[in-house]
Amino acid sequence: MSNKPSSPSRRDFLRQSMVAVPAVSLLGGSALAQSQGSAAPAAGAAYSPKYFNAAEWEFLQAAVDRLIPPNEDGPGAVEAGVPEFIDRQMEDSYGHGGYWYMQGPFVPDAAPTLGYQLRFTPRDLYRTAIAAVDDWCQKQHNKKFAALSAEERDGVLHQLEKGEIKLDQVPANAFFTQLLTNTKEGYFADPMYGGNKHMGAWKMIGFPGARADYADWIVQPGKVYPFGPVSIQGDKT
Amino acid sequence: MIRMKPVDVVIVGFGWTGAIMGMELTEAGLNVLALERGTYRDTSPDFTYPHNADELAYGIRGDLFQPLAKETITIRHALTETAVPYRQYGSFLLGNNVGGAGIHWNGQHYRPSPEDLVFESHNRQRYGSKFMPDDMQIQDYGVTYDELEPFLDQFEYLCGTSGRAGNLNGEIKEGGNPFEGARKREYPNPPVADNYGAKLFADAARSRGYKPFPQPSSNASRPYTNPHGVRLGPCNLCGYCERFGCFMYSKASPQTTILPVLMRKPNFTLRTQSHVTRINLDNTGKRATGVTYIDAQGQQVEQPADLVIVAAFQMHNVRLMLLSGIGTPYDPNTGKGVIGKNYAYQMMSNVTVFYDKDVAINPFIGAGSGGNQIIDEFNSDHFDHGPHGFIGGGYILGGQTGGRPIQQLLLPPGTPGWGEKWKRAAKDSYLHTTGVQSHGSVMAYRDRYLDLDPTYKDSFGLPLLRLTFDWHDNEYKMTRFLTDRAQEIADAMKPRQTSQTIRKAGDHYDVRQYQTTHTTGGVIQGASPETSALNRFQQSWNVHNVFVTGASAFPQNLGYNPTGLIGGLTYMSTKAIRETYLKNPGPLVQA
Repeated sequence: MSNKPSSPSRRDFLRQSMVAVPAVSLLGGSALAQSQGSAAPAAGAAYSPKYFNAAEWEFLQAAVDRLIPPNEDGPGAVEAGVPEFIDRQMEDSYGHGGYWYMQGPFVPDAAPTLGYQLRFTPRDLYRTAIAAVDDWCQKQHNKKFAALSAEERDGVLHQLEKGEIKLDQVPANAFFTQLLTNTKEGYFADPMYGGNKHMGAWKMIGFPGARADYADWIVQPGKVYPFGPVSIQGDKT
Repeated sequence: MIRMKPVDVVIVGFGWTGAIMGMELTEAGLNVLALERGTYRDTSPDFTYPHNADELAYGIRGDLFQPLAKETITIRHALTETAVPYRQYGSFLLGNNVGGAGIHWNGQHYRPSPEDLVFESHNRQRYGSKFMPDDMQIQDYGVTYDELEPFLDQFEYLCGTSGRAGNLNGEIKEGGNPFEGARKREYPNPPVADNYGAKLFADAARSRGYKPFPQPSSNASRPYTNPHGVRLGPCNLCGYCERFGCFMYSKASPQTTILPVLMRKPNFTLRTQSHVTRINLDNTGKRATGVTYIDAQGQQVEQPADLVIVAAFQMHNVRLMLLSGIGTPYDPNTGKGVIGKNYAYQMMSNVTVFYDKDVAINPFIGAGSGGNQIIDEFNSDHFDHGPHGFIGGGYILGGQTGGRPIQQLLLPPGTPGWGEKWKRAAKDSYLHTTGVQSHGSVMAYRDRYLDLDPTYKDSFGLPLLRLTFDWHDNEYKMTRFLTDRAQEIADAMKPRQTSQTIRKAGDHYDVRQYQTTHTTGGVIQGASPETSALNRFQQSWNVHNVFVTGASAFPQNLGYNPTGLIGGLTYMSTKAIRETYLKNPGPLVQA
């Protein structure tokens, strides 16, 4: 997969527009040149992570940027605020494993069809796995994950997904599943959770979000629904 | 130990059947106490718009479900394996708090087919004993459809069910389900209008000679006032139904049909945050004296009662009977014993139907159950099973319940799970995709059962329930047959492309995939104390003042959603209690 040249500029345009940079300044070359020069996207300026440390935050941005890359179809995961979403989830009961039965004994080698059996809460899983992936990348590529090219990052993610990388302490595919699941959650959840900025993911697919009232439309089957999304907090488009 | 003032009736668990029992037994003048381990909740403020339209909180995290952190079950595939905990939600979704799973159901409101209630004798008579494998142990309910009909009707009129009769007093009616048992009167409300996917499905089904009909639905199609005087509002197809509460007062639940009246009755009390851990017996072991529960502070409380109604979710009913030592625990090695016996589930398959961009499915327009179309040709014993080598079946549904993008985004086969191609497929497919689903029965087997786990505990230190379950050949054959029919209809819908999700022979039960919350059995009803835990009135054979309601009473699982049958059986039980048991407490059926 290639990182299309148009992508960083679009991503940066939207990212920087969030921090109220006058649009005209983005039409100059500096932002574009800066993005094309770096292998991994810069960290989102508008949000400081509460849970992830600097290295983890770099990893997270560099990873979700490949899971849902920016292009002309719609926002990428970074632009959509997915890293912020995941960081905020880590501070929630969810991140602490509060939704899961976490009593032992743990049988991590149970049949996969019997479901998640690891001792890790989501927080612990990210912390342990990110360090392990960065360690692996350092050994294999002499760089941390976030410093790899887009193609190299895709390659590592594919290997994690297939469980082809043996990480210290963590099954690679369990971490990949967690990361991809949370990435899609953040991309499509209501914007009040920090992702899906400006309802960009909903606009891309045509989901009207929290409108939740189609009494007038059930009697018009097959007609194109004309309205854009609204969010729980009343954002409109 | 704190000892409370005695009551006439204590109800354990305050969902659908607890609310029905509470209403009917307070009407009889009894002093009724319901103990609910969760908290109180109601449409307002708990399910109001816009906060209800939150896929992450309700659809994904499951804020309305029982918190697994405190209690779950353990699962294994076979007797020889060690069970491990169901740590995260997947396969089924346990209810929690007042209203239970009756809050986050979809409102599919079916009656059983007449033969479903006499399934063992019917199949044996039609196909012979050798047609069924030796380890299959299906049974009759001890109740016939005709006996149950008034109570199925009563529950539909409580809920304001929307649908179209297919068999009115024996006369087959156009546009309804021609395979249903005779009903005495029409549904209380007309069907919800079809969503577009359902319409395309129904047209295709008709072209193949089937008789599609609107799915019977407890999503009210118009304003409706039920016999208790409680008013429901019309469904607006918000797309947030299964896994969600209803902000429109449209989906039938205890809150929208019973509680506004019951909660005001002077002879009714609800005590929340009261977790029942045991039904207490007198020294003969033949009579219950009440229950013990743990209150909000963690104190043990004894609640004396003359009558104990066990009305929690199916799995919790089984566990409470095991923890209380009522009835002999089932032994899968000998086939003897009754508590935990005949756990069953349902087997689903899906054909996803992808259209080009000129077909606006608008998947976000969806009621939980209303607006979808069904064919019932291959359910129950509606067709000759002889050539097919299995018993049971299911309905085939066309349409959708919503298009919530985290959970319900459907992508064409071959789409990668992430990256640019995933994103392009999401953009291109979302608005133009619908589905055909088969919803099939699962039989009971000697080695599929529930007992107490030897290792894992709940937050009170009590053993978790253990489930031993995997698929059998009869069900692999059933789902293959149904899915082939579903695929034929899907193809006749003239899509660009389809994809199929089916459980193939040899696939293990996979707890990671949501399938259905219709878990059944474990405290089954039947004709004899040798083979069942309850008589036909859901009364314990062993302890006559204990009644156990809900799907735990199903001897095997049927192809329909269970709630209609659960409601009917509960009303039949309340009538027997009111008219017979209270006059002369004792066994309603002599063993």
